[in-house]
Amino acid sequence: MFHIYCPYCEEHREEEEFRPKGQAHIVRPKDPEACSDEEWGDYLFFRDNPRGIHHEMWVHAVGCRKFFNVTRNTVTYEILETYKMGERPRITAESLASGEIQGNVQVAGGGQQTVGASNAAVEAVKGEQA
Amino acid sequence: MSKSVTQPNRLKEGGRIDRSRKLGFTFNGQHYQGHAGDTLASALLANGVDIVNRSFKYSRPRGIVAAGAEEPNALVQLGSNEAAQVPNVRATQQALFDGLVARSTNGWPNVQRDVMSLVGKLGGRFMPPGFYYKTFMAPASMWMTYEKYIRKGAGLGRSPMEADPDSYDHLNQHCDLLVIGAGPAGLAAALTAARSGARVILADEQEEMGGSLLDSRELLDQQPAAKWAERVLEELAGLDNVMLLPRTTANGYHDHHFVTLHERRTEHLGETAPLVDGHRGVRSRMHRVRAGQVLLATGAHERPLVYANNDVPGNLLAGAVSTYIRRYGVVPGNKLVLSTSNDHAYRAALDWVEAGREVVAIVDARANPQGDWIDAAKAKGIRIITGSAVIEAKGEKRVSAARVAKIDLDAFKVTGQAETLACDTIASSGGYSPVIHLASHTGARPTWNEEILGFVPSLVKGVHAAGSARGIHDLAAGMADGVAMAAQALEALGQSARAVELPQVDARREGPACALYQVPHEKPTLRAPKQFVDLQNDVTAGGIELATREGFESIEHVKRYTAMGFGTDQGKLGNINGMAIAARCLGKTIPEVGTTVFRPNYTPVTFGAIAGRHCRDLFDPERYTALHQWHVENGAEFEDVGQWKRPWYFPKVVNGKKETMFDAVARECRAVREKVGILDASTLGKIDIQGPDAREFLGRVYTNKWEKLAVGKCRYGLMCKDDGMVTDDGVTSCLADNHFLMTTTTGGAAAVLEWLELWHQTEWPELNVTFTSVTDHWATMTITGPEARNLLAEITDIDLDRDTFKFMDWREGKVAGVPARVFRISFTGELTYEINVQANYAMHVWKTLFEHGEKYGLTPYGTETMHVLRAEKGFIIVGQDTDGSVTPEDLGMQWCVGYDKPYSWIGKRALTRSDTRRTDRKQLVGLKPKDPKVVLEEGAQIVFDPKHAIPMPMAGHVTSSYYSPTLDSGFALAVVKGGQQKMGETVYLPMADGQVHEAEIVSPIFVDPKGERQNV
Repeated sequence: MFHIYCPYCEEHREEEEFRPKGQAHIVRPKDPEACSDEEWGDYLFFRDNPRGIHHEMWVHAVGCRKFFNVTRNTVTYEILETYKMGERPRITAESLASGEIQGNVQVAGGGQQTVGASNAAVEAVKGEQA
Repeated sequence: MSKSVTQPNRLKEGGRIDRSRKLGFTFNGQHYQGHAGDTLASALLANGVDIVNRSFKYSRPRGIVAAGAEEPNALVQLGSNEAAQVPNVRATQQALFDGLVARSTNGWPNVQRDVMSLVGKLGGRFMPPGFYYKTFMAPASMWMTYEKYIRKGAGLGRSPMEADPDSYDHLNQHCDLLVIGAGPAGLAAALTAARSGARVILADEQEEMGGSLLDSRELLDQQPAAKWAERVLEELAGLDNVMLLPRTTANGYHDHHFVTLHERRTEHLGETAPLVDGHRGVRSRMHRVRAGQVLLATGAHERPLVYANNDVPGNLLAGAVSTYIRRYGVVPGNKLVLSTSNDHAYRAALDWVEAGREVVAIVDARANPQGDWIDAAKAKGIRIITGSAVIEAKGEKRVSAARVAKIDLDAFKVTGQAETLACDTIASSGGYSPVIHLASHTGARPTWNEEILGFVPSLVKGVHAAGSARGIHDLAAGMADGVAMAAQALEALGQSARAVELPQVDARREGPACALYQVPHEKPTLRAPKQFVDLQNDVTAGGIELATREGFESIEHVKRYTAMGFGTDQGKLGNINGMAIAARCLGKTIPEVGTTVFRPNYTPVTFGAIAGRHCRDLFDPERYTALHQWHVENGAEFEDVGQWKRPWYFPKVVNGKKETMFDAVARECRAVREKVGILDASTLGKIDIQGPDAREFLGRVYTNKWEKLAVGKCRYGLMCKDDGMVTDDGVTSCLADNHFLMTTTTGGAAAVLEWLELWHQTEWPELNVTFTSVTDHWATMTITGPEARNLLAEITDIDLDRDTFKFMDWREGKVAGVPARVFRISFTGELTYEINVQANYAMHVWKTLFEHGEKYGLTPYGTETMHVLRAEKGFIIVGQDTDGSVTPEDLGMQWCVGYDKPYSWIGKRALTRSDTRRTDRKQLVGLKPKDPKVVLEEGAQIVFDPKHAIPMPMAGHVTSSYYSPTLDSGFALAVVKGGQQKMGETVYLPMADGQVHEAEIVSPIFVDPKGERQNV
């Protein structure tokens, strides 16, 4: 059973208080009507299943009811960090591979792995890229 | 009878038992006596009971082998009465108490004469692994019949058939360091951490803490080892930062250092918890420990050697022999032959001699063993046979002799003539396997250590192992390791360790052990008498060899094919030997063969302990509305809706006869259609939504439009997931321009609130809106029927004029003198007012309605009538008429879809996917059975052509079906492929009993299709 640090309550609580909500940083397309059926299907149904670093969304269901993100190693089940909605992970598969834990550098690539949950956050990232 | 007093194997003195306290017990119907401090196993051995069970597959007689959790044979069924039955208790772990009643779990009709042993004897050679599956395979239909008898012959205990009188607790615990095992390493570690100020929990599974120190020959600071243990425990018990948990097994190591400890509180006192001051104590506690760091000091299990007939009663582990002599004052025989691969086991022979019994010989597999223990044995005049091993035990119900021969370890061969030594006990030791189960639970694969000839645990972050648990078997070194590992754990916690002085232990000169697992026999393994690897599951060396020949090369496959390590044993005794045999057969090394994964639980845990208090009334919360008491008093039958108890219907009692459900529902339906009915609708989910962007938010989560809904108005809304499928529905009312009250389905209330929060928090945090659940704050009373207005008018100050308070309006005012919101919405199709008041006023308002309602024929109705009435109107229930694959268009509810709303609301895009545009999707329709007396089965499959060859193409299914008193006919809602274009066509419903019902596809609205009645 996980021991999860809620970034809003600012304390560790038992997994029983939380519910997993699947892969994090799935951003709803800004203009759904502009999506092809395939693109919309990708958004709705297709998720990554990585061995290793996984960013996933949880909700503190019987606590503060806030949604937040967790960076978890799917092999060791170690939780490397939790962070609030709209924030970006400090630890990514790339940052670990490059041997350093980088803050605020992960870039949006290919939709699925974009960072930040809100449109505002996504725009901020896309702005930086541009 | 004489057995009950003599205890022939009990020594005159010695051991840690209390000879002044005699305890009577019963085993297989025979009465015996033991002492306080005995385990059931030590008491049985003291009484000379050789056979404690019959083996699982071959029904061979079996005796006690070990002294702890690794005991494979002595599984007993406890309990003097039905409610007290506990299966599969290891006699070695059950403390003796006065009046204990135990039976062998196996053996029919009894362990002395077992019918199934005939099968084992005759069939022995012909019962290879997979025997049952191979033999009883055909015909497949008969397997169930065979299995019943096979299980009767085998079986491992049974569950009680009566309710458990005991109660069990769960406790949450937190600590800096959890130390598991209170042997030498664990005590040293706990003492270090405790003196350093860390919060420590020390758990140990045995009746007494101290582990191997309790039966050690060593002196610590020139005192018996147990004395040091006592002193340390006394100090720990006096510290506030230490919790000692004896009789507590760490059974599961879960994620993030969450360890479940099972503490047996009263199982040493009686079969049910004793009464204290009239209250029954708690039988056991499940401690759910969240530890900062964990130190495993779980010790090691001795490995038996695998030789022919090594399962005959009288074959024991060498260490167990020492434990029984030194700790319990019991010598389990008269003439001992010891077969060993190492120095450590020599102690068993020394203990045996000192107990005044004869050691026939020590048989050492090593050519030239050297060391202090060997010298000590020689000094006692014990014959030592080197380069040899016991290759076969003789005897049936008890060992009568040992055949001893020179062996060649490398060639795996017997090289000399076998010598037969008369004896009644054979002790064996093939080395020591660290107890790595808990470390294995974390997913870390253990690694093979050639030096100690055993697997040592791999450790994930935050887990430490000390002493024998990681292969450091030497006493002094193990204690020093405990101190060092505790310091390591404290450092990880950011604490510093205070030095602990350890006692002086005499240094011993010990030689290396040799690698011996299976002992060769003159005959090849498959022809030699059975050499048992896993005694509990009757897995033999021959079975493993056969498995490898049949192509099972992975140890995981060998395990599943032979059942090695199954059951309560979980590979404690036999796993390494089995792997060594598989490795030999495959020409590989042990680490190349791999290791099996150990999973929780380490030893069996009763369901009671796992359930704790979560049973009976506390199994799941029950939710009651504010009007519940009235429903109870008025004879309601209840239905569970989620956790709510809702009135299902209100049967009347006439002349002492209770109305049937059918009659009650028909009466309630007529009351609503003709007069006025009342429903407790308080369970509907209610979410208060406020904020400047509330309206915009509603427009995005509902399929229909909300920008123009005026204050005082209500609107029905459909909610979809982004895949376009309907997920909830309900009416939302505009309380103020930036304030709305949303209602949801009873079952969907929590999920809808989370859904709204999800979108607000993750996609649209820029919208200024908040959500609050107010389900429990408001009670909702629905009065519905032609007389509803007349009734309400008597007790409200709200203007009920049909032109000012219209259908789909809401008004604020007083009802029965209390503030109320009244909504003119209808789920019955009749003139309806939903009266909402603060929950604590509800009973007053409800009773006032009845005071005034009698003359109007006010009739309470329940959920069943609600269902009939709404279905007559074609109103859907999400989750009944929809199943997560139904779009608003499939429901024919295009009127509720805002196709031209500016924001692409949730679900909109999916409605134009190729799949949702198919014209042959299942669509909601009404079904009118051709025979009005027929009420179709909900869930029944619909076909277009009942003459079609099987398998018939399925065209849909019935979602709701009832008898309508208004129509005097059965009627149904259904989803049918392309149904909306098939009005008037006939469909067929073939039933399991061969009948085929016919029905006509009609509009789903059966009553008042124009909706005039609700608008009056």
